[in-house]
Amino acid sequence: MDRRNKDRQTGAAGKRRRMIQVLWAFLTNSYLVGFVQGKIYRGKLKNLCVPGLNCYSCPGAVGSCPIGAMQAVIGSWNFKFAFYAAGFLMFIGALMGRFVCGWLCPFGLIQDLLYKIPFLRKINTFKGDKLLRKLKYVILLVFVILLPMFLVDVLGQGLPYFCKFICPAGTLEGGILLVLFNESMRGALGWLYAWKSVLLAVTILLSVVIYRPFCKYICPLGAVYSVFNPIAVFRYRIDKEKCTGCGACARVCKMQVDPAKNVNHAECIRCGACKDACPVKVIY
Amino acid sequence: MIRLIRSSRIGIIVAAAGLLIMGCGISRGEMLVVFEKAVNICMECVGIG
Repeated sequence: MDRRNKDRQTGAAGKRRRMIQVLWAFLTNSYLVGFVQGKIYRGKLKNLCVPGLNCYSCPGAVGSCPIGAMQAVIGSWNFKFAFYAAGFLMFIGALMGRFVCGWLCPFGLIQDLLYKIPFLRKINTFKGDKLLRKLKYVILLVFVILLPMFLVDVLGQGLPYFCKFICPAGTLEGGILLVLFNESMRGALGWLYAWKSVLLAVTILLSVVIYRPFCKYICPLGAVYSVFNPIAVFRYRIDKEKCTGCGACARVCKMQVDPAKNVNHAECIRCGACKDACPVKVIY
Repeated sequence: MIRLIRSSRIGIIVAAAGLLIMGCGISRGEMLVVFEKAVNICMECVGIG
């Protein structure tokens, strides 16, 4: 199936999803003064986590990133486990699984938009793709949990290793704008900013060629939610008796899932393309 | 609705457990740590320090 047909089949579901993605990204980044002044929101809403990957240092952010929150608590001197963030992820995950990735994550929206940029040959899959998708679980375990927990300073404080060395969302949503507006920050730029800028550039370029590379291979938040996909309250169901096995759902899936085989696969981000493409409407 | 609840019992139990765990974290004062981190620019996150 060529790309034009693929896009046409995902059109109706795609438009509704895009509207909600934009609306949610705006709602959770509605501190517009921050974008103008290069400052961040310091109000009480920052006590609360948002479901998606949304850096709390983004000038517009009105909530906290759950992955950042988890590392902040694990890495603090007086706590060694983050019950608040873990409970939040469990609650959201058990309610909707990776629906968050497909509908409520601003960084997912950015990648969706980047993938719309025309390119000679988009890559759907490659050798080692399946194995590489396990990387996000390793990143979750090592950089979000173990390193902040055990690699600590004399006071027992650990760094947010994922945010510091891997996450390009902070550079894109916060770093670029804050550095532009803040002269003293510009003076403090060093190798870390350069490293994160390279990571961001690679993520942006890859997002043009591969659908959501950060979500597929790197994102620890997606890794957490993926565990809850099969048991989530709001998950997909399929009427296997009525399924004709035509394969239309698998062909439109940009995450390379075959819903006829496993409708709640860990990689499914609930974009709804399969529901829209099904000729006999057995996915609901 | 009843069908949804019946077919999602595990999800509902896990979500409730998540709320309990969240409450446990809040009672320990973890929210304050998150708040303090979130209202100051996270130098590590933006790539400065």
